Amino acid sequence: MIRDITLGQFVPGKSILHRIDPRVKLLLTFLVIVFLFVAGNFISMGLMVAFVLLAMILSGVSLRLYLKSMKAILFIVIFTSLLNLFYGSGEPLVQLGFLKITLDGILRAAYISLRIICLVFISSVLTFTTSPTDLTDALERLMKPLRYIKVPVHEIAMMMTIALRFVPTLLEETDKIMSAQKARGADLESGGIFQRIRALVPILIPLFVSAFRRAYDLAMAMECRCYHGGDGRTKMKQLHLRSHDYTIIAVTICVCAGVILINIFLPGMV
Amino acid sequence: MGFIETQNVTFSYGTGESEAPNNVLTDITMKIEKGEFVALLGHNGSGKSTLAKHFNAMLLPSGGKVYVDSMDTLDESLKYQIRRKAGLVLQNPDNQLVASIVEEDVAFGPENLGVPSEEIRVRVDEALKAVGMYEHRSHAPHKLSGGQKQRVAIAGILAMEPDCIILDEPTAMLDPQGRTEVLDTIRKLNREKGITVVLITHYMDEAVLADRVVVMDDGKILIEGTPKEVFSQVELLKNHSLDVPQATELIWRLRQAGFDFPGDILFEDECVSVLEKALEGR
Repeated sequence: MIRDITLGQFVPGKSILHRIDPRVKLLLTFLVIVFLFVAGNFISMGLMVAFVLLAMILSGVSLRLYLKSMKAILFIVIFTSLLNLFYGSGEPLVQLGFLKITLDGILRAAYISLRIICLVFISSVLTFTTSPTDLTDALERLMKPLRYIKVPVHEIAMMMTIALRFVPTLLEETDKIMSAQKARGADLESGGIFQRIRALVPILIPLFVSAFRRAYDLAMAMECRCYHGGDGRTKMKQLHLRSHDYTIIAVTICVCAGVILINIFLPGMV
Repeated sequence: MGFIETQNVTFSYGTGESEAPNNVLTDITMKIEKGEFVALLGHNGSGKSTLAKHFNAMLLPSGGKVYVDSMDTLDESLKYQIRRKAGLVLQNPDNQLVASIVEEDVAFGPENLGVPSEEIRVRVDEALKAVGMYEHRSHAPHKLSGGQKQRVAIAGILAMEPDCIILDEPTAMLDPQGRTEVLDTIRKLNREKGITVVLITHYMDEAVLADRVVVMDDGKILIEGTPKEVFSQVELLKNHSLDVPQATELIWRLRQAGFDFPGDILFEDECVSVLEKALEGR
């Protein structure tokens, strides 16, 4: 059962969003998130919503998965929109004791909810269409300039790569150790929360010991293959921007420009 | 000069003053020629793995010298050149793969060497084809079988274009099918690409595949020679609690019982034909 856990939420596919350069995807996602906050009225927000919906359709990932990713933050959406609902100014539509609901409040709540929902959906588009390896790779390349302020970019990326590589291996090992301890009469399923946590100790200790042994082996294997840090290292995969990357960049920038124009010429809708 | 040469190599762990130096290797002098297939045989604690790690400068001798392609392993500046020439494959296939995709793992070695990207691509494809794992290039390593993983590990070394591959008990954690896959791959590389192979093992039936067998016991070389020369010394090996191949053992026992058989039988089919001949004579 533990083997079903997958890291990240990558959904393999061949859509256009799967194929664009991970660096482009990462940067554009950031840009869209920023512009979700720049959008100042319902028309510009509508443009952003349309853009996010388009991205979701292009990703070819089923709507069910997107809704599933919403579940985790549903509470935050409800909470913030309720808060905004009661904080509007102007003539009250409904008065509940000291609480009043105004038209302004309703609009505000709807606006904030849309923003949060779009935020989650656009990040899901990124994680659904980009494998963890590609994401790490993109991060390493984008963060490269940080080397000049002494950020160990290569080391961080290497750690992420190794962590991703060993997650399934260690999960399998956990499964094995759990079976072994159960076979010796370990009781993992009954008792209160503290008892259950205590029951995990005989699983975690062998897991740690074996993880250290693996780390020692891996370090040796890496040295055998001439690993000596990031200096003078080349990469097999080279990322080149292709025409569809430029198209997506252009479309996104147009949408963002549209948001700015609407903000300037049609102000004060909210 | 041989491709790998050791001169009076001594090695001991920890030089604590309270303890007497505990030699893992004592006065080892041996030579491995280019293109040779050498099996290093011995039971646990015989020092065979320790010796193997001297062949690519993972360990440095406490006394004596090790030369790899005429380069002294004690010279720190030659470390990576030596490791590029002589690659080491470890026992546990799970612990030596670095990346989450097969081809990216194979690319790890040449990437470290600073090989240009286009050439890495070519080398990776060639290495994967040489070990028969090309179809699996975009898979995740944890979805492969043990034998497949070990072949990917071999490909990872091959992509550095070494002259010599040292394998430290590469089949110890594999099932019989995985063992056959790995051994076939090793023999193919030795025969078709002329790569020098040093196979560390405690399986006798793997050692008989080699051109030359070096038997280690208690940090010393006990005996070396062709498989036939070595395994005909049944008594010597047994005195050091080492086994011989089953066919050799059977013929040896029959010889003890007074039968007139040749003393250098290694393989089952040889054994069968000798026995057949003897039975026909009756």
